[in-house]
Amino acid sequence: MYKIVRKECLNPTVTLMEVEAPLIARKAEPGQFIILRVDEDGERIPLTVADFDREKGTVTIIFQIVGATTLKLNHLEEGDSIHDFVGPLGVASHTEGLKKVAVIGGGVGCAIAYPIAKKLHQQGTEVHSIVGFRNKDLVILEEEFKAASSKFVMMTDDGSYGDKGLVTDALKALLDSGETYDEVIAIGPLIMMKFVCKLTKEYGVKTVVSMNPIMIDGTGMCGGCRLTVGGKTKFACVDGPDFDGHEVDFDEAMSRSGMYREFERHAYEETCNLFQKEVE
Amino acid sequence: MPNMSLQKNPMPSQDPQVRNKNFQEVALGYTKEIALDEAARCLNCKNMPCVKGCPVSIEIPNFIEKVKEGDFEGAYQVIAKSSSLPAVCGRVCPQETQCESKCVRGIKGEPVGIGRLERFVADWHNEHAGEEAVRPQPNGHKVAVIGAGPAGLTCAGELAKKGYAVTIFEALHLAGGVLVCGIPEFRLPKSIVQKEVDGLKAMGVDVECNSVIGKVLTIDERMDEMGYEAVFIGSGAGLPRFMGIPGEELNGVYSANEFLTRVNLMKAYREGADTPIKKNQRVAVVGGGNVAMDAARCALGLGADTVYIVYRRGMEELPARKEEVEHAEEEGIIFKTLCNPVEVVGDEKGFVKGVKCIEMELGEPDASGRRRPIEKPDSEFVLDVDCMIMSIGTSPNPLIKSTTKGLDTNKHGCIVADEATGQTSRPGVFAGGDAVTGAATVILAMGAGKSAAKAIDEYIQNK
Repeated sequence: MYKIVRKECLNPTVTLMEVEAPLIARKAEPGQFIILRVDEDGERIPLTVADFDREKGTVTIIFQIVGATTLKLNHLEEGDSIHDFVGPLGVASHTEGLKKVAVIGGGVGCAIAYPIAKKLHQQGTEVHSIVGFRNKDLVILEEEFKAASSKFVMMTDDGSYGDKGLVTDALKALLDSGETYDEVIAIGPLIMMKFVCKLTKEYGVKTVVSMNPIMIDGTGMCGGCRLTVGGKTKFACVDGPDFDGHEVDFDEAMSRSGMYREFERHAYEETCNLFQKEVE
Repeated sequence: MPNMSLQKNPMPSQDPQVRNKNFQEVALGYTKEIALDEAARCLNCKNMPCVKGCPVSIEIPNFIEKVKEGDFEGAYQVIAKSSSLPAVCGRVCPQETQCESKCVRGIKGEPVGIGRLERFVADWHNEHAGEEAVRPQPNGHKVAVIGAGPAGLTCAGELAKKGYAVTIFEALHLAGGVLVCGIPEFRLPKSIVQKEVDGLKAMGVDVECNSVIGKVLTIDERMDEMGYEAVFIGSGAGLPRFMGIPGEELNGVYSANEFLTRVNLMKAYREGADTPIKKNQRVAVVGGGNVAMDAARCALGLGADTVYIVYRRGMEELPARKEEVEHAEEEGIIFKTLCNPVEVVGDEKGFVKGVKCIEMELGEPDASGRRRPIEKPDSEFVLDVDCMIMSIGTSPNPLIKSTTKGLDTNKHGCIVADEATGQTSRPGVFAGGDAVTGAATVILAMGAGKSAAKAIDEYIQNK
């Protein structure tokens, strides 16, 4: 059992939890993920490591409430425990030798992009951050990103905060103004990563994306997380989750991510009803 | 007087048309009366040919003698000397190619039902014996075992018996490996696996789940910092293979590993399970091994109308156990042999709507000695299915290899280990089971775990 030592609601649908997991905290690096089960019969879900504290022995996760399991997870409070918590899994993000990088986060993807921006900043890399959200109410980690970046651009779809538009608009503006990057790191919804990659391909800038396909074991057994990268089958759990964005088949990944949408919607509603009944 | 019946006592089983709709155990096991009758068929041969067919060398005639005497606990103790998981082996061992293939009674008629008797004895013990855990005298040495599957559990059990302090590190949230992820409930109830694991724990074996070695800790850290004097790697088979044909990325194409893990480990067959599985109506399973049979029978149990086994060679060449093939046929699975998929066809939403196959014929024997399947020109046809499960083997998991210095692997990525001892290229590091051989059977993995335990004991005692 893994104790939740801190819980914080970052916005109405996104929650941060700091979890006691000393062995994982000792090894975790930005870009890696953990798999958790909320309770005894729970499903295994992968969540990217948002932060870690080696001395305190804690790992931080940030998740969006999108389905039954994240809803159940969100019902746990400080002092409660998560049944299973395993990691760190996947290959850490490659940051060595990078001098100037644009880090792009979309929505809750910012939770994954932030630790990478932080690591780059700490190692002396010049970081330009572009973060995008649907509207002002959904903004997370703004101060954290600002502290890790020499340039920071906030975008919202509706213009309620920062500039109105998409992260690709901001990136294009920076590239057109003459900024050059060793690498662009883009983490967010598949559709966002797809269009960032389309743009950077035109400009010839290497782009790394973090993929989060459906997974079960997360340790290289089930093959559920397979993706096509550069025409080859790759497994996000052991080969990734970071991949060369110009090689990833995003359309296929989007289609595969919809495999259980109906089931998930149904399970989410059932769980909502269950919690509702408890309240009544 | 021995029972000279030429046939072995049949296994009482659930009716095929009932069991293909549930997940309860198919084979119900011998009763006491049947067991006594079957045991009487054993001639108690002096040279014990059957023992030579057993990868863990159970003293078969000796345990059957105890059964004849009605001393079932005594019989269990004979088996337990050699096997750590009797209730498991009695169910999933391919006895027909092992012990029973050497049985003298098999020359004229059927061999003694050794597997069925083993299962009877183990079940009798589990039901009747009060569990008095005998904790061996500790010998002060620590050994780490990686992976709580058949190889790891056996190795841990053997070492614990000798007084070693053994810790098993398991990546998943539950111990058992393929016994809980792969083999379905109806063939091996999970309560039986749990009982065997509990037995090891009662002997003092420590099982740490949620520990991915190579990630949370490396083998070097285990040995250098944590004081383990030897390590046994039994990390299993690894990633599923796909055919590389168009359409394998479609929704509804599973690896057998994924399909079986969802159904077995994550209990997706239960109503209201948290882990989803699509309830498909028409399913094609590609491959002809035991795993393919398990996947096909699970698909049927989940409610599919039509389930095909698609296999590129003929019925005779199916690598699965004969008993499993028979069970599958009885339950209504359709065998499309001499047939190979060439493309998965999808609908506009990205879901499987068919598998295009081509007919095959058998040519000259290839390097494996089996006749090579050759495509028949212009014989393509489309199987109308909404799900395809690929059960064509695995390739080794890269995690341990990539994080352990000096650990040699072969060109397939399997760990190189001495066949008799499990010794790898690293001193103090031993390996066995599918991580070494590639996908094989439970009992072979157990045999490897057992011989490695012996070698580890010798290594530590001679240090």
